[in-house]
Amino acid sequence: MTGTGNIVAALPFPTAAKPKLADSQLRDNLRRATHTIRDKRLRTVAELPEWERLRLAGAAIKDDVLARLPELLVEFEAAATAAGATVHWARDAAEACGIAVDLALSTGTREVVKIKSMATQEIGLNEALEAVGITPIETDLAELIVQLAGDTPSHILVPAIHYNRHQIRELFARRMPGVDLDALTDDPAALAEAARRHLRARFFSARVAISGANFAIAETGTLVVVESEGNGRMCLTLPETLISVVGVEKILPTVRDLDVFLQLLPRSSTGERMNPYTSAWTGVTPGDGPQQVHVILVDNGRSDVLADPVGRQALRCIRCSACLNVCPVYERVGGHAYGSVYPGPIGAILSPQLSGAGANATLPFASTLCGACFEACPVRIDIPEVLVHLRQEIVAAAGATPERAAMRAAAWVLRDRRRYSAALRAARRFAAPLRLVGRPDAVRHLPWPLTRWSASRDTPLPARETFREWWSRERA
Amino acid sequence: MNARDEVLTRLRAARPSGAVTVSRDYDPPAPDGTDLVELLTDRLLDYRATVRRCDAAALPTVLASLLTDASVVVVPPGLPSAWLGGTDVAQLTDDGGLTPGQLDLPGAVVVTGCAIACARTGTIILDAGPDQGRRVLTLVPDRHICVVRVDQVVYGIPEALSRLTDPTRPLTMISGPSATSDIELNRVEGVHGPRHLTIILLLP
Repeated sequence: MTGTGNIVAALPFPTAAKPKLADSQLRDNLRRATHTIRDKRLRTVAELPEWERLRLAGAAIKDDVLARLPELLVEFEAAATAAGATVHWARDAAEACGIAVDLALSTGTREVVKIKSMATQEIGLNEALEAVGITPIETDLAELIVQLAGDTPSHILVPAIHYNRHQIRELFARRMPGVDLDALTDDPAALAEAARRHLRARFFSARVAISGANFAIAETGTLVVVESEGNGRMCLTLPETLISVVGVEKILPTVRDLDVFLQLLPRSSTGERMNPYTSAWTGVTPGDGPQQVHVILVDNGRSDVLADPVGRQALRCIRCSACLNVCPVYERVGGHAYGSVYPGPIGAILSPQLSGAGANATLPFASTLCGACFEACPVRIDIPEVLVHLRQEIVAAAGATPERAAMRAAAWVLRDRRRYSAALRAARRFAAPLRLVGRPDAVRHLPWPLTRWSASRDTPLPARETFREWWSRERA
Repeated sequence: MNARDEVLTRLRAARPSGAVTVSRDYDPPAPDGTDLVELLTDRLLDYRATVRRCDAAALPTVLASLLTDASVVVVPPGLPSAWLGGTDVAQLTDDGGLTPGQLDLPGAVVVTGCAIACARTGTIILDAGPDQGRRVLTLVPDRHICVVRVDQVVYGIPEALSRLTDPTRPLTMISGPSATSDIELNRVEGVHGPRHLTIILLLP
């Protein structure tokens, strides 16, 4: 049962990345934002001498969850139901959307307020609601920006990271109904004020809210949402009906386990000691908050990911986006090039596994394997290891290719010192005229049949003198 | 097979075998000489909250001085009545029926206690206790004044969570005023939640 929804790239990564690389404004916006957050994250992480122990505990808790997932889900269902929630199950995106849409329709509402949620983006819930005439209103500032622009998110935490303040000001001026143009400057505080005014009446009149959850606690049936702006609190408190779409891997066994993740997540995502607001609710509390509470537990490909012994570590992900912010590839191409709601390093391993590699077969190659993502990951997902594993699977599935033949030939040459020396001498003779044109130690474009190899990388020329030659000359 | 059974069957077939041990060695004690009240104050100021300190005798005066420009004070049902003894600003006590519109009056200020405060992260935890009330009370008014007793302040998040009497009550953890990092990943205070947070540290 492979996953469906907004996780399947329409274009191969190199094709999608090309125009993005040519957009200097985009690269400028991304560089500024990712570098701001990198420095902040390093400062707040350095404050905790126990950071590595927290990472180990976070990874172990998630591995324990993956080993006991069926039992923990049943435990969660029983506790949440006892507390007054209704728990639903969905095999894939279409089924999850169907349940959420039916629940919303049964209330008679024409609009729903939404808390930013990767799960609802993944299943394409907004499109499904619009199809039956219900307007989804995104209330997170970045999601609102993306929605007003008719755009798609490009970052897990900050979907509008590809816009700068001037572009956001222009967008609000053109698209936000009733905006006060005189008060609207490109000062982030003025932009936040405009969003506050725009959404306030909607929070007060909304009857249905839709959320995801950062964590779902099995022992108590509690859901947890971590946020900054208070739009989450509005959605979780004011409407009569709350529908939460939750991936099955979001389970934590006990309330105690939250102490690890409430330390790992804020420092990794926004580089803060703690995010402004964290809400936890357990079913229905009479007189306080929504009185109709629904939870939709979604598989959508996760059980397939769980079946892969190397790839299943991707299910530890807590969607902090630290790996995006440190990735040299993400920083240059942005999130849209990945074609999935999960971009960046985690997307390169999660999207192909959730959807089956077919449509996303180029994503595991969208990395330099530099390892910065693993260093930054609060739950120690060895992203480079999974990337190489997925590449192996894709290459194995492809069968005989010219690249494979070339690699076999290279392996034969490298196995023997005399063959290697002879090949090196031949390469130097071949390279000598190339040094006369272009750069002295690398070639940008190789001639056919190697054109495709050099399409996305420089090819270094062999050194003028090898180490062995230098050694024998110096020590002779 | 229905969706529930099918998902559970697939997860059972896919999951790894073997037990996982979790090491709980991630909770260091506060370094020697740590002043929790100082640490909490430092964190709160970093979030651009306002911090005051006083003892129980001075609390009504301090609260009155903070409420001079308030139009109405929103009061949870179990707030100690002596706290607001120094002010004559109109009070709106929640009996469970206050609407968001009533709470959204310009100049409305809510005064509450709290359940626990975590010094290391500057976090105030509300658990809907009688001196805190329903979640909506601390959400809609633009200004929240929260009184924290010194004996409610703990060092780290693990201790804070372990001291919650009932984690299934609605919980709200507050670390500074409402903020966003959505524009160029810089933190800006003030979006939908209260834009002004004042913490009064109640000394013994």
